[in-house]
Amino acid sequence: MDIFSNLIAGFGTALTPENLLFGLIGVVLGTAIGVLPGIGPALTISLLLPLTFGLNPTSAFIMFGGIYYGAMYGGSTTSILVKTPGESASVVTALEGYEMARRGRGGAALATAAIGSFVAGTIATIGLMLLARVLADFAVLIGAPEYFGIMLLALTAVTGLGGDSAPKAMFATVLGLGISMIGIDLQTGQARFTFGVPELLNGVEVVAAAVGLFAVGEVLWNAGTGKNSQDEVIKTIGTLMMNRDEWRRSIPSWIRGSILGFIVGVLPGAGATVATFLSYNLEKRSSKTPEEFGKGSIEGVAGPEAANNAAAGGAMVPLLALGIPGSGTTAVMLAALQQYGLNPGPLFFDKNPTLVWGLIASLYIGNLLLLILNLPLVGLWVKMLDIPKPLLFSGILMFALVGVLAQNGGTVDMLILIALGLIAFFMTRHGIPIAPAILGVVMGPLVEQEFRRALSIGRGDPTIFFQRPMAAAMLALCVIAVLVPIIASRRKKSA
Amino acid sequence: MKFHYKPILMTAVTAAMAITACAAPAPQAANYPSKNLTILAPANPGGGWDQTSRLMQKTLSEEKIVSVPVEVVNKGGAAGTIGLAEFVTKNKGDTHTIMTMGGVMVGGIHLNKSPVNLKETVPLARLTGEYSVIAVPANSKFTTLKELMDAYKADPKSVVWGGGSAGGTDHVLIGLLSKAVGVSGDKINYVGYAGGGEAIAAVIGGQVTAGVSGFTEWSEQVKAGKMRFLAISSEKKLPGDSTPTIKEAGYDVTISNWRGVVAAPGTDAATQKAMIDMLSKMRESKSWKEALVKNNWDDLFLTGEAYGKFIESEDKVFKDVLTTIGVLK
Repeated sequence: MDIFSNLIAGFGTALTPENLLFGLIGVVLGTAIGVLPGIGPALTISLLLPLTFGLNPTSAFIMFGGIYYGAMYGGSTTSILVKTPGESASVVTALEGYEMARRGRGGAALATAAIGSFVAGTIATIGLMLLARVLADFAVLIGAPEYFGIMLLALTAVTGLGGDSAPKAMFATVLGLGISMIGIDLQTGQARFTFGVPELLNGVEVVAAAVGLFAVGEVLWNAGTGKNSQDEVIKTIGTLMMNRDEWRRSIPSWIRGSILGFIVGVLPGAGATVATFLSYNLEKRSSKTPEEFGKGSIEGVAGPEAANNAAAGGAMVPLLALGIPGSGTTAVMLAALQQYGLNPGPLFFDKNPTLVWGLIASLYIGNLLLLILNLPLVGLWVKMLDIPKPLLFSGILMFALVGVLAQNGGTVDMLILIALGLIAFFMTRHGIPIAPAILGVVMGPLVEQEFRRALSIGRGDPTIFFQRPMAAAMLALCVIAVLVPIIASRRKKSA
Repeated sequence: MKFHYKPILMTAVTAAMAITACAAPAPQAANYPSKNLTILAPANPGGGWDQTSRLMQKTLSEEKIVSVPVEVVNKGGAAGTIGLAEFVTKNKGDTHTIMTMGGVMVGGIHLNKSPVNLKETVPLARLTGEYSVIAVPANSKFTTLKELMDAYKADPKSVVWGGGSAGGTDHVLIGLLSKAVGVSGDKINYVGYAGGGEAIAAVIGGQVTAGVSGFTEWSEQVKAGKMRFLAISSEKKLPGDSTPTIKEAGYDVTISNWRGVVAAPGTDAATQKAMIDMLSKMRESKSWKEALVKNNWDDLFLTGEAYGKFIESEDKVFKDVLTTIGVLK
C-alpha cells in the first residue's frame, strides 16, 4: 500500500542518527519551555528560525515537531503539581490534576498525562496518515456558524465547573468574558476596556490570565491564610504510578479524548485549548462519578491531556494538506517552511513527500521519546512537592513573573499578572470559583468573534444558525448540556 | 557523520543573539557605526517586522557591512505603536538604534490613537513590500474583478469580504475599492480573521464571497486550483504571473504592505546619511537579494527625504480610508 511504503520511507528519514538527535533536542527543549509559563512553542520556534537556516528542512522540522509535542507535555507537569499551566492547552489539566496532587496522587496524574499523551499521539499519527486528505476537505466546509456552535458547547463546560453556587459560577464566567474582551476588536478595530493603556491594546493572553488567576492567586491565598506548611505537606499515597483502578478509568478517557481532540484539532478555527475544554465536558458527562470532578478526578486529567496532544496532531492535517495554520504554533511552522522556499498548500504532499512523511514519522518518534523520558522522571517531579511551601510558592511566583517578562519585556504585563492574582485571592475568599473565569477568558473571544462573523456572513440574518444542519445540531447539544443537569436536579429534589 | 555542532549548541541554549555577535570584525573605512548597533523590532518574534529585522541583522554582519555586533530587540504589541512610543521617548538622540516599521504601523497609529507618531522619527529607507490580491474560491461565478465589483455596486451587502483584522491593509484595500465604485463605507460587509492563513479556509470553503491577503500567502492555493486571483494591488503585473492589476481592471487603486526603517528623533543629517549608506550597501548585497527572492518580497528601496514624503502620503491615505470605512470616528 502506498501510504505504508511512504510512512516506512518516512521512518527511514527520521531514524538517521542526526535527525534522532534533533528530535531529542526538540522534545527536551519543548518540555523545558512548556514548564515555563509565557514561553510557548510558537515563540520558541520563531526564535530558533534564524539558527536553523543551515540545517536541512527535514531535520529542522523534526526538531520543531518535538518542541510542539514536548511543550504540550511540559505544560501539564507544572499544571498538575503547582497549578501553573505552562501553555493554554494545559489550563484544564490544572483543574483536576492539582486536586489529585493535593490528594497525594500527583504521580498518577503525571503518569496518566504522559501515557495518555502517547496514546493520543499514536491515534493522531494514524489519523494524520490515513485521513489527512479526506479530513482537510471536510474541515474547510466548517464555517463561522458551526464554529460558534462548537465554541458555545465548550463554554457550557462551565456548568461542570461551578461548584455549589450557580450565581457565583455565573459571576466568575462573566468576569472572565469581560477580561477576554480587553484589547482591539478584530471586527471593528475599536479598543475596548483598555483605559488608555497601550499595553492593554493586545489584550490579556490566555496563559497570563490562567497563571495570574490560578498560580498567583493560589500563592497569595496560601501566604494570606498563613497556614503552617506542615499542615499541607502532600504525601504520596500508595503507589507512585497508577493503580489498577486508575488504569481502568484512564483507558476509556484516553481514547475518547484522543478521538475528540483529533477531530477538533483538524478544524483550523478551533485548536488544542478548545479541545481540552470539550474533552473535560465530555468526561464529566460520561463519568459514573461526576461528583468527583473538581476534587481530583483522574478522568478529568486523562481526557484533556490526550485531547491536547491529539489536537496537536490534528492541526498538522490542515497545515500539511491545505497550507492552513490552525494554531499559533502551526502558523510559525508555516513561516518556517516558507523560509526554506517551501510553500505548503494542497500540493504539498505530492511535491515534498520526503519532508512530509519524515515529519509524520518524527512526530511519532517524538511521542515515544517523550514517554521514555518522562515516565521515569515522574518520581523526580513529584519530589518538587517536598520543597517547603514558602520556598515553593516564592519560586512559582518568580517563574510566573519571569515568564511574562521574557515574552514581552514589559512591566505592565507583570502588573496585570499580579492584579489578576489579587482578584483571584478575593474570589477564593468569597467562595467564587476561579475555573469558570478562566473558561470565560479562553472561550470569550472565540465565541464572540465567530458569532459576529456568522452574522456578517449571513448578512445580518440570525437564522443562519438554524439553516445549517451542523450549526443547528451543535446549538441543540448546547441546550441539552445546559438543561439536563437542571432537570436532573429538579427531579432529585421532587423525588 | 557530519554533525552541525554550532547550531545544536546554540539551539540548546536558545541564545539567538550569540551567533551574529561572534562574527569576525572586518576592517571598515567609515566610522559609522562606532559601537553596537541595535535593531528594534516593534513586534513579537515571528512576524514580518521581526523577520525583516533578523534578516537585516544577518546581512549586515555576514556581508561584513558593519564591524560591530548587531542585536535585534523585540518590543511587540498594538501594531507596533508600543515599540514606537519607546523608540521616540527612550531612544531620543540614540544614533545606534534603528527601528523597523511599515504601513501597518502608519495605520496602527490612527487606529490606536497613539500619542506619538512617525513624524518624530527620522526616515531612513523603505526596504521591501508585499502586494495584496483579491481572490475568490475556484468555483465562484466571478471570473474578473469587474464582474465582482459590478455585483458589489448593485448590491453591496451581497458581497461578504474576508481578510485580516479590521483597519489593517486588507480592510483598507476594500475601503479604497469601495470608494472607487461609489459604495459608502457603512455598506461594507467585512469579516476580520486573525491573519491570511486563517482566512484561507473561509475563502476556499466559500464562507466569504471574496478574500484579501498577501500574494505569496495564497499563491499555492491558486496553483492547486482551490482559489482564483481576480487582481493584484501592484502598479504592474508581477514578473512570471498573469494576475491582472486592479488598475488594469479599471480602478485607480494600488497598495502594498511595505516595510522600512527609521532612526530615532534627534539624529543629525550626517549620521542619517551614514545610516542610509549602510542600508544601501545591505540592499546591494547578494544575500539580501537572495533572501528577498526566497521570501517573495519586492524590493521597494526608497531613502531619506523621498521616503519621508512617502510616509506622509501613506499617513493621509490611511487616515482618510479608515475614517470612510468607519474604523476611525
